[in-house]
Amino acid sequence: MKFSNIKYLILRRVVQFGLLFLYFAGNVWGWQLLQGDISTSLLFNKIPLSDPFAVIQMFVAGATIGINVLIGALIISLFYGLIGGRAFCSWVCPVNLVTDLAAWLRRKLYIDKIERKLWISRNIRYYMIILALIVSVISGLAAFEVVSPITILNRNIVFGIGSGIGLIVAIFLFDLFVVKNGWCGHICPLGGVYSIIGKYSLFRVRHNSDTCTLCMKCKDVCPEVQVLHMIGKKSMSVNDIECTNCGRCIDVCDDDSLSFGIGFYIKNSSKEK
Amino acid sequence: MGGKDKKDISSRRRFFTNVAHNIGLATMGTLLWAGYTTKAKSSPLTLRPPTALPEDEFIKTCIKCGLCAEACVNRPQNRDRDGNKKPGTLKMAKAGDDVTIGTPFFKPRERREATLIDRLLYGYKRGEVIDNGVPCYMCDDVPCAAACPTNALDISRVINPKTKEIDIKMMKMGVAVVDVHSCIAFWGLQCDACYRACPLMDEAIKLVYNRNDRTGKHAFLEPVVNPDICTGCGLCEKACVTQKAAIFVLPRDIALGNPGDHYVRGWDRDDQKRVGKRKESDITTHDKRSSQKPIDYLNRGLEY
Repeated sequence: MKFSNIKYLILRRVVQFGLLFLYFAGNVWGWQLLQGDISTSLLFNKIPLSDPFAVIQMFVAGATIGINVLIGALIISLFYGLIGGRAFCSWVCPVNLVTDLAAWLRRKLYIDKIERKLWISRNIRYYMIILALIVSVISGLAAFEVVSPITILNRNIVFGIGSGIGLIVAIFLFDLFVVKNGWCGHICPLGGVYSIIGKYSLFRVRHNSDTCTLCMKCKDVCPEVQVLHMIGKKSMSVNDIECTNCGRCIDVCDDDSLSFGIGFYIKNSSKEK
Repeated sequence: MGGKDKKDISSRRRFFTNVAHNIGLATMGTLLWAGYTTKAKSSPLTLRPPTALPEDEFIKTCIKCGLCAEACVNRPQNRDRDGNKKPGTLKMAKAGDDVTIGTPFFKPRERREATLIDRLLYGYKRGEVIDNGVPCYMCDDVPCAAACPTNALDISRVINPKTKEIDIKMMKMGVAVVDVHSCIAFWGLQCDACYRACPLMDEAIKLVYNRNDRTGKHAFLEPVVNPDICTGCGLCEKACVTQKAAIFVLPRDIALGNPGDHYVRGWDRDDQKRVGKRKESDITTHDKRSSQKPIDYLNRGLEY
């Protein structure tokens, strides 16, 4: 395997594990680079970073929102809104490590070929957002935050392993045996929130259909395969909001047909194939 | 009526069925989820970090980031004699802790016997007791509250209105309760472990001397907690010499009663302030008997 085929994958794993390590070190050795956990962190002991979805839930649950988390949520929203798009899901979220492992095993074990197909809508995540807000209002606490496998896994790593880890195993098995990319690609409301936040972000995957050989390796690995509808048809950027900018499609492409680019892009003079 | 074929339903029927379908799914989801959160929210026996908002507000406002727990364990004073870091007071709740998941709490004392794993990995002896509980040491600068980004821990709750400075004695995390049945000082044995462990010695816990009639020549030195002063830090619980602590900290709303406005210490000028200017006629009646004024009730049936 060539390095160019796993370039972004390695970079992503370095970022994901690096962040987890910094959180861990912040608790265990008192490093002041990145303290707290994924719901709210403190960068360099100064800059607050907060999960905007958690803050919205707290707000509708009736909490008085402190200025620090408000600034933190604003910084995060601006970062992903202007630059990263839905990059949180593939570059930061620890559950991505679990679900990517499930997706990889699924390909290696040919589970896709034998499974009874269970279809669920990819829009469930958006209904989950609304549901989370309704439940937050009813029960007077941030509803997704008490069930979120993201923060549970993150806390398990930062503050020590506890019994909540069963939920993570359940999601792994769900992704492996029930629905392909089931959690991250269908259900997780946080992914939905970052999709919406990143609608107009600058970083986008670009497709050049002139060099594409239609090998469809990109569609094999893409966790949100519906966003790659233009493959081999049209040279344009991936504009669908569910693209996580994971760069896996760019990695596996041997024809230089995919790359990261800045801004929306569409090539009108592209010849129809 | 036409349309026996499944596919042949009118667009209006389709619309209404779809609406009913979606409402049904949403209601099911809400009920399941809200059912879980309502259960997850209730952790009545939890001791919260110092300066925490009242439990209901705290649950809403805490974002579960753990900055308080990190500030607690990493505070410079938290070292043993060899300079090694000690475990922190505050823990982040995990599933199975019976505390709303991800929120900070503390347990002053949590004893268990060394398991096989403890003996193999950490060199404990068979039958040795491990205490994982850590009480709150009431740091002067309240680092946990200072670290909170959401004001779920609100340091202004312990700012003395007179001096405008942080006053750790104002903290109210819980209150110590003595089980007089198992406390050996109430047996007549001499023990003042809790009294001496208390950071507010002779204020929060006082030793009350009582005559021991059994021997006729000894005294009971009975520890009595003053709930107005006790902060609920748990040092007494940690220090208690009995196998299971005879003095332990409970959340204040669990452990303390409330006499209400009916009863006033008539001999105490300040106690009248507690009730304010309430009059007899302000007091609501609850049953047939109390609907009459006491004097009417007493005079009933008297003939002159």
